[in-house]
Amino acid sequence: MLEFIKPGTYIDFMKYKWYFIGFSLITSLIAIGSIAVQGFSYGIDFAGGSVIQVQFKNPTTADDIRKALKPMGMQDERIQSVGAVSDNDFLIRTSQTEDTNKGFGGKFSSELEKSFGKGNFEIRRIEMVGGAVSKDIKTKGFLSLIWAAIGILIYVWWRFEFKFSVGAIVATLHDVIIVLGMFSILRREMDLTVVAALLTLIGYSLNDTVVVFDRIRENIKKQQSPNYDLAHVMSMSISQTLSRTILTALTVFLVVIALFFLGGEVMHGFAMVMLIGVIIGCYSSIFVASTIVLFMSKSGKSSS
Amino acid sequence: MNNFKLRGIIIAVVMIAGLILSLPTMVSLLTPYQLADNWLGPLGKHIKQVKLGLDLQGGMHLILKVDTDKAVTGKLNIIASTVKSEMQQKRIHYTKIEVVAPDSIAVTLRDPADQDKLTAILNEQTSFADPSTETIGGVTVFRYSVKRDEIQKIKDSSISQALETIRNRIDQLGVSEPSIITEGKDRINVQLPGITDPERAKRIIGETAVLEFKLVDEDHSLSNALAGDIPQDSYIAYMKETNEPILLKKQVELTGDTLNDARVKIDRASPYISLDFNAQGARDFERITGENINKRLAILLDKKVYSAPVIKDRIAGGKASITGRFTDQEAKNLAIVLRSGSLLAPVEILEERTVGPSLGKDSIHQGLVACAIGGVLVIIFMIIYYRASGMLANIAVILNIMLIAAFMSLVGAVLTLPGIAGIVLTIGMAVDANILIFERMREEIRLGRTPKMVVEAGYKHAISTVVDANVTTLIAGLVLFQFGTGPIKGFAVTLCVGILTTLFTVLVGCKWVMEWFVNSKNVSRISI
Repeated sequence: MLEFIKPGTYIDFMKYKWYFIGFSLITSLIAIGSIAVQGFSYGIDFAGGSVIQVQFKNPTTADDIRKALKPMGMQDERIQSVGAVSDNDFLIRTSQTEDTNKGFGGKFSSELEKSFGKGNFEIRRIEMVGGAVSKDIKTKGFLSLIWAAIGILIYVWWRFEFKFSVGAIVATLHDVIIVLGMFSILRREMDLTVVAALLTLIGYSLNDTVVVFDRIRENIKKQQSPNYDLAHVMSMSISQTLSRTILTALTVFLVVIALFFLGGEVMHGFAMVMLIGVIIGCYSSIFVASTIVLFMSKSGKSSS
Repeated sequence: MNNFKLRGIIIAVVMIAGLILSLPTMVSLLTPYQLADNWLGPLGKHIKQVKLGLDLQGGMHLILKVDTDKAVTGKLNIIASTVKSEMQQKRIHYTKIEVVAPDSIAVTLRDPADQDKLTAILNEQTSFADPSTETIGGVTVFRYSVKRDEIQKIKDSSISQALETIRNRIDQLGVSEPSIITEGKDRINVQLPGITDPERAKRIIGETAVLEFKLVDEDHSLSNALAGDIPQDSYIAYMKETNEPILLKKQVELTGDTLNDARVKIDRASPYISLDFNAQGARDFERITGENINKRLAILLDKKVYSAPVIKDRIAGGKASITGRFTDQEAKNLAIVLRSGSLLAPVEILEERTVGPSLGKDSIHQGLVACAIGGVLVIIFMIIYYRASGMLANIAVILNIMLIAAFMSLVGAVLTLPGIAGIVLTIGMAVDANILIFERMREEIRLGRTPKMVVEAGYKHAISTVVDANVTTLIAGLVLFQFGTGPIKGFAVTLCVGILTTLFTVLVGCKWVMEWFVNSKNVSRISI
């Protein structure tokens, strides 16, 4: 029988709680600091603008494209190669949208035609999001994160107790803040798929936390004396579920890695959130969620 | 045991239904489309494949905003010109009639005593609120505002009219399975799968296509007008081709509403558009041409003057033509927009997402590869870690994917690229339910229980955890479904469906197999 964690293993997690709290506080503060200072690099979903993906037949460089598009006078365009160099596949981003410049897409392809010749390139994707829509998307994205948090808070509250629900929410917010902080620090683009990934991460991270909580509740019920040590019960419960926590994180990690490397350009942001999120989610359900519950029950040791 | 048999039958029925419903999708994803159709015969015809989103099959998605305020102003302009001619007929003298944005008409009467007559004429057109009066330099100006609910009616009808017109235009483009629906209070969501020339489609959809016939003002001099002395009832317009100025009467003689048809014809190798009026339009056209022989009649499309020929004779039969130096494509586009009618209110493109067919194919390919690799990694891992039980979990995951496809084709859900990510994720998370149960079973084994008790206790202890864990993810998925649009909604669908099918395959399917195994085989130990 293959086992990562030997049966009967007991790790006194709660003994080290101050280290975890310190670590989490520092990382969260760094994340919040980066978000406050340099903010996010918003993709067109949130900031408005256009993204055009063009594939060329012959070897082409970003400079060639920039030269070809010069007559158009695009505003702050960024050109980036995607996929393998031999694909000659490029992403061109600009803050320009259709409503400020009618027939923008058509003009774009006619400028490329002048420099590269007809049939030597293919416009594979055009995305344009106008100001009014991007504002809507931003509000909707923000609201969806709030609603998901509220919905889950109520569910955990109903299934467990208020203090568990707080622990779950704090652990989840912790994950979301750190992932958002990573996006801010690495200047990765925030778009709709990232919000979708964050919501998935909320689900996943909670999933993990709930499993630990379930075991804590079960072990509390088994306690004979009313003066049991909650910290010990928690460490025991986390140790008992550790095997499962690691296994699940590993399987999810395996599939997300496949998405990250093979899912293509569009899935990159999504896979990245999940990659970081699985690790952070695993950490927070082991080290953060229970610690919060422990703090909240400090007054009465036996409150179950 | 009866209960046990019943569960077995339910599982078998669900699995067979799942297989039948998902077969066309599975086959079409793995083989070229045509093959799937022939291969499956009647099955392929009656059971729909899972619909692919625009990001996977290529196509265009547009969000258009209908400028409803302009529709109100436009309507007021028409009312103003009708009122003018009514007043002329009834000999009510006025000095000025003006549309004051956004929703009022201001009239200056020669004799303020005519106010009641004016009110009557205006209210024949639409309901106006009582006018406000304003006296500037001894002249009284009556300002009539359209009533609020009347404004709403105009706005609503401009949206439904825009929807209808855009639908007509897209039909002419020959797109199969377009979807055109309203969204919110003034937006239209257009989905055009598999479109090859998105620029052309945008031009055709966005063209306002207001066709107007106006008389050229030949009583006044153009040069005086250009110098600044513009007659009150005229204005300066420019020819589309040459940009030459031309003095036109403001009065609209005839509009494109009376058109029956518009076709491209060729005259000496250059295309022109032949117009065909309906009975009403033909009568009007005959009257206008009859009354204005030897004068010039300008033909305007979207305020641009295409041509201004001299009327040589009364034209009966309701035919006219627009000439201009068109390319074939331009002429075809114009004919389409004229045929499908004008937009009461102009539309603006708020959002566009176009994916070329080659990228769509690449995306499917990448998605499937990621799915396959991720799946294989998990399968190998589970077999190594849990041996026979791991194999059972793997079969459950594969059947799970089959059930997701079956459910999606049943309800007509759309598979998008993020949707594929949702399935990949389901692979990872579905295994979790089994891991929870298997870990519990290992604990029971360590306590020295018999296989029968191990299975029973394993499921009993794990079930509430499995449900709790999945419901939390389901809540996130449902929120995402509620708030998401397009591709993201597709992700939410596969995630939610995936959770439900996971609960079924693990808590009903796998459990049944395990129970059957320990009960009928009389095994001494479980390979886990």
